[in-house]
Amino acid sequence: MSGGTIIETEGLGRDFRVREGMRRRTVVALDALDMRVEAGEAVGYIGANGAGKSTTIKMLCGILVPTRGRVVTCGLRPVPDRRRLAREIGVVFGQRSQLWWDLPTQESFRILAAVHGLSPEQERGRTAELVERLELGEFLTVPVRQLSLGQRMRAEVAAALLHSPRLLVLDEPTIGLDVLSKQRLREFLVAERREHGTTLLLTTHDMGDVERLCDRVLLVDRGALVYSGTLAGLSRTVGAERVMVLDLAEPVPPLEVAGTTHRGSEGGSEGRSLRQRLAFDPEATTAARVLAAVTEQLGDDNEVLDLAIEEPDVEDVVRRVYAARR
Amino acid sequence: MGDRTAVLAPYRAVLASRVRAQRSHRASFRLDLGSSMLVGVVELAEIAVLFLTVDRLGGLDLAAIVLVFGIADLSFSLADTVFGHCDNLPTYLKAGTLDVFYLRPQPLLAQLVTSDISLRRLARAFVGLVALVAGLVVNDVAWSLGNVALLVLAVLSGIATFSAMFVWAGGMQFFLVDGYEATNAFVYGGRYAATQPASVWGRPLVVVFGFFFPMAFTAYLPALTMLGLPGGDWLPGWLGWLAPVAAVWAWVLALAGWRIGVRHYQGGGG
Amino acid sequence: MTQAPRGRSRRVRPVLRTYSRLLAAGFRRGSRYRLAAFGGLVANATFGLLKVAVLFAVVDAAGGEVAGYDVGAMSAYIWISQGLLGSVNLMGRTDIAERIRTGDVTTDFLRPLDVQAAAVVEDVGKSLFALIPRGVPTVTIGLLLVGMDGPDGPLGLLLGALSLLLGITVSCATVYLVAVAGFWMVDNRGLQILYMVLSGFLAGLFVPIALFPGWLHATALATPFPSMLQFPVDVLSGRADHATAALLVVVQVGWLVAVAALGQALTRAGRRRLEVQGG
Repeated sequence: MSGGTIIETEGLGRDFRVREGMRRRTVVALDALDMRVEAGEAVGYIGANGAGKSTTIKMLCGILVPTRGRVVTCGLRPVPDRRRLAREIGVVFGQRSQLWWDLPTQESFRILAAVHGLSPEQERGRTAELVERLELGEFLTVPVRQLSLGQRMRAEVAAALLHSPRLLVLDEPTIGLDVLSKQRLREFLVAERREHGTTLLLTTHDMGDVERLCDRVLLVDRGALVYSGTLAGLSRTVGAERVMVLDLAEPVPPLEVAGTTHRGSEGGSEGRSLRQRLAFDPEATTAARVLAAVTEQLGDDNEVLDLAIEEPDVEDVVRRVYAARR
Repeated sequence: MGDRTAVLAPYRAVLASRVRAQRSHRASFRLDLGSSMLVGVVELAEIAVLFLTVDRLGGLDLAAIVLVFGIADLSFSLADTVFGHCDNLPTYLKAGTLDVFYLRPQPLLAQLVTSDISLRRLARAFVGLVALVAGLVVNDVAWSLGNVALLVLAVLSGIATFSAMFVWAGGMQFFLVDGYEATNAFVYGGRYAATQPASVWGRPLVVVFGFFFPMAFTAYLPALTMLGLPGGDWLPGWLGWLAPVAAVWAWVLALAGWRIGVRHYQGGGG
Repeated sequence: MTQAPRGRSRRVRPVLRTYSRLLAAGFRRGSRYRLAAFGGLVANATFGLLKVAVLFAVVDAAGGEVAGYDVGAMSAYIWISQGLLGSVNLMGRTDIAERIRTGDVTTDFLRPLDVQAAAVVEDVGKSLFALIPRGVPTVTIGLLLVGMDGPDGPLGLLLGALSLLLGITVSCATVYLVAVAGFWMVDNRGLQILYMVLSGFLAGLFVPIALFPGWLHATALATPFPSMLQFPVDVLSGRADHATAALLVVVQVGWLVAVAALGQALTRAGRRRLEVQGG
């Protein structure tokens, strides 16, 4: 089942007619999107709210008919071949549930197994695998409405993967989750992809999702694709800054290093602090050069105990791309 | 045979879970049954009060209207049991439930219909059944082959016609959303019309509830045929045999309405 | 001596302003749902036409008049009652019922307002608004398509308006009773459904209560339901002469005082129950 192109769009666009009082107005939700996702890839689909992400996903799944252009998902035309496509894709909408809220979680899985026509062996095997990997065992008999958000999200992901789809689409999967739940979900998705070669497409506002899960990002702005490539490459093209976090042995006043901007400090008192943050442009200088300058400034009585580099925030990158285009 | 079982398995799985969920809350289920039955009784009382005031209305007496009411309410309540939740489509649209249906390999309408079932409405069907039996007895309807065939045909066609009304209304609700009450005029208004002597209607009502939404064919016309009553110019008694034709027409209307609605949802609204 | 009245008016005016704002808020909330109002109007008009057919046939079969209704009075009954359907609460549902069920009502008790009065006044505001998109158009449709009797002169109109306001208020105050039962019942849905099934029938929504057999008529009159719909309709349609209309209004006031007093007593008892149980 592996190999080939999973998603291919050409000039894909979608308009909505909205009514404002008496007048009708056409809003372009997606202008003309060209994108391609190969089997086994993990792709982050990012952009501001209203950039056309949800509209794209709905067209990929056959929920919305495109106004113009072409879309092929898993080799099928989503709208006319919707029922066949449903066997090939799994979708997790962050805001809408595909579980039966008043039933125990495992009963939803049983119904979905019937919905997708799984054989008893397939059902048993796949359910057991997902229950173990996503750690669902503790709440299988609890009605869905009583689950915590983290538990519900894991159950939703299991529900979307029950029929072993080739493509898993995740719409804001980690929104509202605590750090631990996010971590568990990401680890699971990495493993799922490794084991089954499942293609992932996710929309997210969470930098960590993109960093941990995706080899490639697609950035959409005002209904058109403006970037396709690695996240690091994206940060480079917009000149997004990286931040060096320094932990010092002795507190000092805010450091002033050429080519960097001070981004705050913690610990210490009277204007001196132990932890200092310096932002720098990776195009203009390097982390090594910044560190050398800091060490020189601190002199012999003080030293850098620890250091971390923070990658740019996805929101920040998106904002910069947008700003550069306007 | 095995193939058909596989095709039906998804629907059975959903429906079985719905039935279990309703029966698990016993106290509330009993309350639902009771209130549902009370609704049926009050509706019968509503008609009966009129016939206690005057002897005959539109060519029918109290005994005849009880038969009409029985056929209509039995059919409507059974259709309501299985199709009634199509009325909740605006809620489904807002909650995104419909988008989830798109992700499953069954036809949308089949998923919507089998997504729920209201067992409590069977209590109201029971009121309809009692009225139907009473109507047959007090009118002294002969148990001839023709009458039995007509009765079975009428009830089955009635269930189909009322079910079609729910589906049609669902299709319209894609457009109306907050204005969904407009479809109540024809679904519940249709039920009300079906329990009336259609001979009292003026021309516009005959067009709307006699033919376009064929409510007169669900109970009034079959009852006329069974009782050997003449009926009016536009709705003569022998038309009762055409109840299945009316049901087919209602389904043509329903599926067209549903199709247009879904097209609108995928194409225009969002 | 001169201080007292001024002191009271200083207290009365803010209270009046609070309630008038609540009334206006209810009014505005209703105005948000224009499409819903359109749907309701279609439903009202269709049911109205079906009722015209069957009830006119009844008048006709009875020889031109039944229980005091001729065709004009029957038409007025049909269209005014359909028009009031969006304003008179015959469903038994209110927002306050949900607040009592969830316990949110505890915060309502902390506000310097009477919980019962605030809930009822806001509902009355919502109901009065519904007269604009649903009530008036429905009656207009009936007037244009069928024709009907009207109020008995300016005094009749005045009494009709008063009776209408009282009818709406009695319905909101009675539905409030259904809601406060929630202080003692885990789930008052049963009571709400019972209210829904019985209120329409006994209020004269389906058939004028004058057509009821004697025992049923007496039963209906022993409840507040006719005060919600049948009495306002009778006064507005001019079916009741001035003296009868005045009597009906007095009966409505009586029911309003009764249900309001009961509601007040139950609200206090409910509040004590909350305090004892600690919310």
